[in-house]
Amino acid sequence: MTMKARLKKWTGDYGLFLLVIIALISIWECVVSQGMIPAFILPAPSAIWGSFVENRQLLLEVHLPATLKEVLIGFGIAVISGLLLGVGMHFFRALEKVLYPFLVISQTVPLIAISPIFIMWFGYSIWSKIAVTILTAFFPIVVSTYDGLKSGGKEYRELLLTMGANRWTIFQKIQVPLALPAIFSGLKLSVVYCVVGATIGEWLGASVGLGYFSRRMSGNLQADAVFAAIFLLSLLGILLFLLIGLLEKQLLKNKIRS
Amino acid sequence: MNICSGIWFIRGASGLSNSPILSIKDLTYAFKGERPIFQKLSLDVKAGEFVSLIGASGSGKSTLFKLITGLLEPEQGEIWIDGQMAGNRLGSVGYMPQKDLLLPWRTVLENLLLPIEITKESKKQRIPEILEWLSRFGLADYEKAFPQELSGGMKQRVAFLRTLMTGKNLLILDEPFGALDSLTKRNMHSWLLGLWGELQKTVLFITHDLEEAILLSDRIYLLGRKGLQDINVNLPRPRNSELIYQSAFITMRKELERLIDNES
Repeated sequence: MTMKARLKKWTGDYGLFLLVIIALISIWECVVSQGMIPAFILPAPSAIWGSFVENRQLLLEVHLPATLKEVLIGFGIAVISGLLLGVGMHFFRALEKVLYPFLVISQTVPLIAISPIFIMWFGYSIWSKIAVTILTAFFPIVVSTYDGLKSGGKEYRELLLTMGANRWTIFQKIQVPLALPAIFSGLKLSVVYCVVGATIGEWLGASVGLGYFSRRMSGNLQADAVFAAIFLLSLLGILLFLLIGLLEKQLLKNKIRS
Repeated sequence: MNICSGIWFIRGASGLSNSPILSIKDLTYAFKGERPIFQKLSLDVKAGEFVSLIGASGSGKSTLFKLITGLLEPEQGEIWIDGQMAGNRLGSVGYMPQKDLLLPWRTVLENLLLPIEITKESKKQRIPEILEWLSRFGLADYEKAFPQELSGGMKQRVAFLRTLMTGKNLLILDEPFGALDSLTKRNMHSWLLGLWGELQKTVLFITHDLEEAILLSDRIYLLGRKGLQDINVNLPRPRNSELIYQSAFITMRKELERLIDNES
């Protein structure tokens, strides 16, 4: 593709979205600067940007790395345990029967209610935040892995059986490749949940992190700083999501296209 | 060696060899809680034969194939392959299902290596052989293509080649050309007839296409409600697809149609 064609495709894909964003921000800026909404309720985009620039060192060098660390450690543990549980449930029916209800229960427990318990257990250390992150993040991974491995492939399975394949070979050659798209969907969901989980954890008890920062600023009625932290968190989620998407594209390149 | 086995093969095809490579005795099978699909079914396939199995849909053709490959176990009766009545038959015949079932994330070559990977043989040694087969199948230079880049007929040839790569002597083909358009199907017939002399395999072939069955087979089994009927196809080999216009062929076809009408 030439540069020009690429640009054209890009504007075709995202142009409208960008246009709407620019329009929204302009209207927002207008409404606030006209004094229709007080700035402590809804700060103007320019004020948010100003606050971001003012606090950039604190935000980017202290709080963002702290949150990112929680997200990455939590996501890492969630991926490993989620994949293992999903595969384990696929291979052992008894494990599935025992675990599945617990998995669902773990998701019905309100996070806000359980987080103080984690704080009681792990204190203000990073682990209380990681625990909340894992709790939000591992469920989509387990479910997508388990369902992905279960989905279809019966005919392929039979074909490989007639070739004399055992269960493990079928798992490797058929079920894992067939499950990969589902697993990646789960990972993409999960990584976004990780940011949410880490923020909630920080809100409830932390001394550092973007969640902690936004809570402190809201206590001071500094709405512009709260918004700056929120945008940064959202950006973090988007970037992580895109990163997994990129990994998926690389790994499944030329692969499951049918 | 090759010449010798070639002669042996021709003798096998003419029925002089009497070693059955597949022998089914008094087979009965029913799905849970249903009437048996077939009862006391017996058939023999000799080495080097091309045998077709025809029957209406629902007559249990595919079930019979699953029983032979070992995907299903019979309730009663015996299935002998290569003179052995193995409890676990899985992996003892080459099975080609109705759909090509090529793995979309593997290239043609990788798909063909699948049976070799499963038996844990060395892959490298087999690659030159596979490439040669590909060119003989009219698929030279397609080894790096993905299945979705191939036409229907090409996919079917790759699937057939994958069945050959299992290295088994008995190939069980379940309506391999059933999903192809009639023009492509004709081409596949010519191709298979041209190849048959050098293949040196035994084939059991499911179809509901009478023309196809007569054109390709040495014998036809007609699966109906009264059990199996064994019909000889006395047409000389080598054959080509022009055969369908000859009177011997047409007579054969009429005879077969009459038998099927009697069945229903």
